[in-house]
Amino acid sequence: MPLSKELIEQKLNEKFSGESFVFTEHRNELTVSLDKKNIAALCKYLKEEDQLAFKLCEDITAIDWAKRKNRFTVVYHIFSIKQNFRLTLKADVDESDCNIDSVSSVWKTANWHERETFDMYGIHFNNHPDLRRMYMPEEFEYHPLRKDFPLMGIPGSLSLPKNKN
Amino acid sequence: MGLEARLNGDSFFTTTVDALTEWARKNSVWPMPMGISCCAIEMMASGDPKYDIARFGSEVMRFTPRQCDLMIVAGTVTYKMSHVVRKIYDQMPDPKWVIAMGACTSSGGMYRSYPVVQGIDQFLPVDIYVAGCPPRPDNLLNALMQIQDKIGRTKARDFQDKPLPELTVIQNN
Ligand code: SF4
Repeated sequence: MPLSKELIEQKLNEKFSGESFVFTEHRNELTVSLDKKNIAALCKYLKEEDQLAFKLCEDITAIDWAKRKNRFTVVYHIFSIKQNFRLTLKADVDESDCNIDSVSSVWKTANWHERETFDMYGIHFNNHPDLRRMYMPEEFEYHPLRKDFPLMGIPGSLSLPKNKN
Repeated sequence: MGLEARLNGDSFFTTTVDALTEWARKNSVWPMPMGISCCAIEMMASGDPKYDIARFGSEVMRFTPRQCDLMIVAGTVTYKMSHVVRKIYDQMPDPKWVIAMGACTSSGGMYRSYPVVQGIDQFLPVDIYVAGCPPRPDNLLNALMQIQDKIGRTKARDFQDKPLPELTVIQNN
């Protein structure tokens, strides 16, 4: 049976009864918004359930809404090769409690995606095996894709080699 | 063939040591290809038979800094990369020259943002800046010819009073 929006809704509500998911559709692509505490279990289910088989994690990133109450949204783009179906997951994270469970145990590739998101937004991924910065130097103190980070950076925060001559 | 034909009979030939070293030096400028991003493609193109950097004696691109006189920094230098560029520059033997190839290297170019060094002259002594994004190979060759001119004006005594570079001992643990 080909995968449809209705089937996913039905399956998720069955499996996670009592949890509230918000399903939205845009240009024929389905988005599921959920509570961040469910993310690891939900991802595991989406990958391992035979009919869904979301085996490919395309990207994990985040959105900084700057002034909103839940400041960040972590976004997961996953794809089912078997069903040729693309799904987006969204979970809100607040700045005061800036962490979410890692899904790197579900998809190996999530390891680096999460490191990048941590580097750029400062969102901590719980149970991540190796949460180091991805691009910026280790001693850098800021998270450049946050909206309050100035485009030209913070003077002196990145070091240049000393001029010897 | 050339010189010895003119030296027949009692003729003799004089020159200064400076003139000889200049002539030798400027026709064998061995570049260190510091190709960091897209400009490097044009740097490679200048080595191909069409543009033929060998006409200027610079076809020997060495991938070890110890054998180079000229560093062609071709590409976007980020703060993280700047330490590597400087380390490689420090390993080149004196005298040495630097070409900043392209807009990124000269001024940060279109990357006016936090990770990119806005001009490598903040941490390297640059001799020639090459305009363009990327500069065409002929533009790079022009820069090379200017470097040759500059070398032609350099005398051995310019280096006389220069202190030897400080040696830093790297300890391996
Ligand atoms: S100057 Fe242009 S071509 Fe050269 S490295 Fe920068 S962006 Fe690439």
